[in-house]
Amino acid sequence: MRYVRLLWTFFRVGAMGEMAYRANFFIQLFESLLELATSIAGLAVIFTYTDRLGGWTPDQVLALVGVFFLVGGAIRFVLQPSLEQLIESVRDGTLDFTLVKPEDAQLVASIQRVEIWKLTDVVLGIGVLAVALARMGEHVGLAQAVQFAAALVAGGVIVYSFWILLATSAFWLVRVENILVVFQSMYEAGRWPVSIYPGWLRFGLTFVVPVGFAVTVPAQALGGHLTWPVVGGAAALAVGLFVVARLVWRLGLRRYQGASS
Amino acid sequence: MRSLPGLYAQQFRTSLAVMLQYRASLLIWLISHLLEPLVYLSVWSAVSAGRGGSVGGYDAHEFAAYFICLMLVNHVTYTWIMWEYEYRVRHGSLSFALLRPVHPIHADLADNLSSKIITLPLILAAAAVLAVLFRPSFHAPAWAAAAFVPSVLLALALRFLMEWTLALAAFWTTRVSALNRVYFVALLFLSGQMAPLSLLPPPIRLVATVLPFRWTTSFPVELLMGTLTPSDALVGLAAQAGWVLACAVALRLVWRAGVRVFTAVGA
Repeated sequence: MRYVRLLWTFFRVGAMGEMAYRANFFIQLFESLLELATSIAGLAVIFTYTDRLGGWTPDQVLALVGVFFLVGGAIRFVLQPSLEQLIESVRDGTLDFTLVKPEDAQLVASIQRVEIWKLTDVVLGIGVLAVALARMGEHVGLAQAVQFAAALVAGGVIVYSFWILLATSAFWLVRVENILVVFQSMYEAGRWPVSIYPGWLRFGLTFVVPVGFAVTVPAQALGGHLTWPVVGGAAALAVGLFVVARLVWRLGLRRYQGASS
Repeated sequence: MRSLPGLYAQQFRTSLAVMLQYRASLLIWLISHLLEPLVYLSVWSAVSAGRGGSVGGYDAHEFAAYFICLMLVNHVTYTWIMWEYEYRVRHGSLSFALLRPVHPIHADLADNLSSKIITLPLILAAAAVLAVLFRPSFHAPAWAAAAFVPSVLLALALRFLMEWTLALAAFWTTRVSALNRVYFVALLFLSGQMAPLSLLPPPIRLVATVLPFRWTTSFPVELLMGTLTPSDALVGLAAQAGWVLACAVALRLVWRAGVRVFTAVGA
């Protein structure tokens, strides 16, 4: 419960800061809608030539687009700004302020900054998902819904752990401002089902940069393609990666000298 | 420094130094430039596989040829100047550019060209790897390959002048990111980045031809794919030259207006 209250506090602080700039909301809304329109226009072009993309129907790909916006929005809402600030604070020593707080440093570092207008992406993603689900209606049962929720949570944890691993490289390499862009660039490939890519790229997008677990696997659940063993595998990977990320974080903290030690 | 060649040579040395220093950024840059054509190539290959081998006259190997050529043409013609000007206006470094004794466009062009020359080996290596993996098939006749060289140079001039002029919107508003995004979405569809223009609906193809977008990257790639007749090619080259001229004129007008607005605000 404490964690939820903490997240709510950081959200309120971020909101208070941004509410003064209401124009930013409209700009963000415009850009998000433009991005969504681009995705859908791309789908429209592709599906004039075929009715299946690598085994996925148009509605299933639309659901994938919804998950893409949802997960991307969640990342840009809290994870990206917070970890960018973490990398900055490791470099200039202000991580000390985070470390003296009476709460776990990894938690605080992960939620310290919130860009509230990125929630438009999350809302749009949920909207698109709802439309896709309405169109797929009778094919999506309780089992798929549970698989979807499990896959989404597992994917979220995997992506979080991956970002923590990327960000903690700052403890050793210090000047890593651009490293988070690695995920952002590869994430663009998540607009399409990872199964259409050639083997080596599919491997890279699943096990090197976990875009597949973040977007394709949950969307597969909705399409009924996801088997329970894969869900189990994703959950196991999520737990494993979270533990590894935690270990690397603690190792990194021990290396951290601070601004005045 | 009074000579433009001197300026360009100096900018080359600077860009090389910067690039060698920020090696990680280079890797990230390479990933993004490689990934986009690769993603669309995979998508269209999947579509053609689902249709029994080909879509609108393109089979998997021809898609491979199209997107590899597109990646190369993109490398030669792309600019990042619109984001650069947004950054400069927000951070106030535009004033420094205006104080120089030469027109700022030279520094920008020199930076653009030298960065591309330095990274060209990387892109060529990536294209070679993609060629081995996807086995593209080429049908271009010799005259088309010859016409490719002037057309890609005209495309570079066109795209640079056009985007430099659009970048000057930063003189009037700080919120250019939304404008930039609209432009890049238009570029994605209308210049053949997402799909060969022949696969798009006819009205879109018409808009792309009437606007300068087709002449920025699609036309040189179409030449290399061997899908154009000699008369088409001549018309295309003329269209490119015409747009280059139009953009050069627009640039002068917008620049003069922009500088007046900028200096009037007291920056």
